[in-house]
Amino acid sequence: MDDQQNSDKNNTSAKDRLSALWQVVSVPVAAVLLALLIGAVILAVSGANPIEAYAALLEGSFGSMAAFGRTLSKATPLIFSGLAVAFAFKAGLFNIGAQGQLLFGALASAVAGFAITGLPPFLHTTLSLLIGATAGALFAYIPGALKAYTGAHEVITTIMLNYVAINITDYITDGPLKDTANGNIVARTPEILDSAKIPYLGEIPAGFLLAILAVVVVWWILQRTTLGYEIRTVGLSPHAAKYAGMRVPFTIILTMVISGFLAGMGGAVETLGIVGRYQPGFNVGLGFDGITIALLGKTSPFGIIPAAILIGAMKAGASTMQFEAGVAKEITDVIQALILFFVTADMIVRKLIRSKTENGTGVTLSGWGQE
Amino acid sequence: MTEKIQKEENLALEVRHVTKRFPGVIANDDVSFSLKKGEIHALLGENGAGKSTLMNVVYGLYAQDEGEFLIDNKVVEINGPSDAINYGIGMVHQHFMLVPVFTVAENMILGSEVTKGTSLDLRRAKKEILEISEAYGLKVDPDALVENLPVGVQQRVEILKALYRNANILVLDEPTAVLTPQEAEDLFDVMRELTQKGVSIIFITHKLKEILNVADRVTVMRRGKVVGHTKPSETDAQGLATMMVGRDVLLQVEKTPAKPKEVVLEVNHLKINDERDIEVVKNVSFNVRAGEILGIAGIQGNGQTELIEALTGLRDAKSGEIHLSGEIIPFEKPRYLVEHGMGHVPEDRHKHGLVLAYNLADNTVLNTYYQKPFASKMMVRNDQAVLSNAIELIKRFDVRSPGAHVAAGTLSGGNQQKVIVAREFSRPLKVLIANQPTRGLDVGSIEYIHKEIIKMRDDGVGVIVISAELDEILSLSDRIAIMFRGEIVTIIDAESATREQLGLWMAGANPEMA
Ligand SMILES: Nc1ncnc2c1ncn2[C@@H]1O[C@H](COP(=O)(O)OP(=O)(O)OP(=O)(O)O)[C@@H](O)[C@H]1O
Ligand SMILES: [Mg+2]
Repeated sequence: MDDQQNSDKNNTSAKDRLSALWQVVSVPVAAVLLALLIGAVILAVSGANPIEAYAALLEGSFGSMAAFGRTLSKATPLIFSGLAVAFAFKAGLFNIGAQGQLLFGALASAVAGFAITGLPPFLHTTLSLLIGATAGALFAYIPGALKAYTGAHEVITTIMLNYVAINITDYITDGPLKDTANGNIVARTPEILDSAKIPYLGEIPAGFLLAILAVVVVWWILQRTTLGYEIRTVGLSPHAAKYAGMRVPFTIILTMVISGFLAGMGGAVETLGIVGRYQPGFNVGLGFDGITIALLGKTSPFGIIPAAILIGAMKAGASTMQFEAGVAKEITDVIQALILFFVTADMIVRKLIRSKTENGTGVTLSGWGQE
Repeated sequence: MTEKIQKEENLALEVRHVTKRFPGVIANDDVSFSLKKGEIHALLGENGAGKSTLMNVVYGLYAQDEGEFLIDNKVVEINGPSDAINYGIGMVHQHFMLVPVFTVAENMILGSEVTKGTSLDLRRAKKEILEISEAYGLKVDPDALVENLPVGVQQRVEILKALYRNANILVLDEPTAVLTPQEAEDLFDVMRELTQKGVSIIFITHKLKEILNVADRVTVMRRGKVVGHTKPSETDAQGLATMMVGRDVLLQVEKTPAKPKEVVLEVNHLKINDERDIEVVKNVSFNVRAGEILGIAGIQGNGQTELIEALTGLRDAKSGEIHLSGEIIPFEKPRYLVEHGMGHVPEDRHKHGLVLAYNLADNTVLNTYYQKPFASKMMVRNDQAVLSNAIELIKRFDVRSPGAHVAAGTLSGGNQQKVIVAREFSRPLKVLIANQPTRGLDVGSIEYIHKEIIKMRDDGVGVIVISAELDEILSLSDRIAIMFRGEIVTIIDAESATREQLGLWMAGANPEMA
């Protein structure tokens, strides 16, 4: 678990480490390959040329600097939402509500982006980001507190709160904060000021660098701080956490709040970096993708980055694929769904690639929603 | 040779030259071993000697690196528990593997479901279960939820589960570790009955008396290797201990009379309700002095668990007070207790004592992780300090493991216990509460931990020891409190206590009448 703790004589050999790494990445890698394979079969059956389609997908996502930039900007909010889900998971919490928290983050940052005037660019962006993230955090406080004080399961409450978030944001953007400029009738907020926009560094969106920073900070909190130790202990064994004198309810709430903060920031970077305003429908699915990404990344902060880039690349390349290979964009959704299916059906994948658990059942890590 | 042929005919299971390696350890090193039909064969060895591993290999949970198995004199391939079950092997694990929220019947058929069409035929399963339990005198209620059953009954369910699948080779990995002496006696009766019916039993235990009592033959392991065979008729407890540890072991606790000083822990009129709001601790008062050991004796379920949980901050009390070094302690604040000099070895090491997925280093700071030198004021952890502390404790308490970086879940049961003891004993303490401190430990480790407890006492710590082993209570304690139905019926001097008398009081005899 702690890669730095090998300084006592028993230095594990390079080979042991490699095989340990393989243990971790084998399932996600196999899941992706299997999903692509089945995707290819579906393409072939529906009369398309899978090789052509995948080549176009690749070209549209990594084929040029512009394509690569597009992939990164698609990946940016996904890193945040994946991180949000993974972070909560460390405390044993399944935050399905990342979507709702992300919506509030996106809306709140949009409001800050157009309503606050007279700030210099960097300051305005930072403030809008923080306001968005805080909105997500506050919204995540609700399921956290419900879980900590009443025991209400966060899966149920966050699913329901997602609907609350969708309806409230819809109402606000079609009512009080509706954009009325130029006779607009679409439900959306006014556009944010230029001073609030997240800039691009060449083709690379600055938000992506922020996302990487967030990954490092989350990793550091989890692995290097006492708070991270408390969160992980609560996640692995609430009883041991109580014995250890940790405040279990408090830790649960705080974890949800931080998770919501990350999801909210994901919504904010989407608004401030890409969409430029809040418009319902533009952020749909980003929070749910976070679940796929968290699982694909094995809920490890650094695992989130490649997982998010992969899903981001499929989103970025989908149009090119549609255009060049004449394949419906939606095939990427199918592939993504298959990936989710295979990572969760870990056991099936293990059987298929015959990675027999040599070490047996000595350590059982706790699963979803364990009590 | 006729003798050889005859020998082969009688073997239920033969293990030949089995080697099993884990990263950094050879858990089984060229182990050979044979089980005769209808015998009780005890497997004895220190914590971490490789007993559970060997049985897990036999049961197909681990794949051996080398070696083979013969069942009924034929070489067999065991690639998983389902193969083992098909060959008639049943196993009751050191740590139970029942699903707590399932009923007895549901647990029993798990993995070998009786179906009617596509639906479970629970009715038929229940009938079969009742038949088997009748036949072997193992009484259980098929409809009871497992989580509501006492451990002794859960044990029975595990055994029934194996028998339900027609096991004729039964592996019992430390089945008596969590049983009361009476439950253990009942288990031995069942075991004898089973052998009468042709079942062969491999029996793992650290309690030498039990081996002398029920085993036909004994195989002794040390550090992964088989170091000898013997029979109860050819040896005694001391002989077995020496054989397994490789040196002479003190089976008796040596201590000087206690020199009690000021009261460090005082309990006044404590009343505790359990989850069902039933009063399980009724108006209990007692105190513990610095430099003495108070033993708490009682049959499981008489309120000791709840009393200790309240004392150690894991449970709220209805009324009453607890004073630690003269100050009233808040309930349900384990951190307050840690910071005011209380050490606690919890009863359930997997539930409270350890985080199995954490490495040993992280486990050795479970309740002090935020203190200097393990973390800075800014809540940043100091891995180097945690690690060097762990390495020192591992050495001092002789925890057998490949190092501080391995997950606690990979350690043998006894070594897991030593990690907890090491953590709790290494802090400066005023009061030590040791609940089943030597459960699952080998005689060598018991000797060591008993010495440490006595040393704690002599250094002026007030100690409470709770144990299901009356012998342990008798040999460690300076005073003994007997609990019955939520009350302390009497507190006596250990000097004047006898096993028989304690047994009577624990069963409800009135001390005033004596
Ligand atoms: N899954 C595993 N991964 C790594 N090492 C393991 C694993 N299981 C056991 N070991 C190691 O193998 C050795 C033997 O352990 P085993 O559990 O067989 O001991 P044991 O004889 O049953 O001890 P005890 O009496 O304490 O239960 C120990 O050093 C242990 O750390
Ligand atoms: Mg064992």
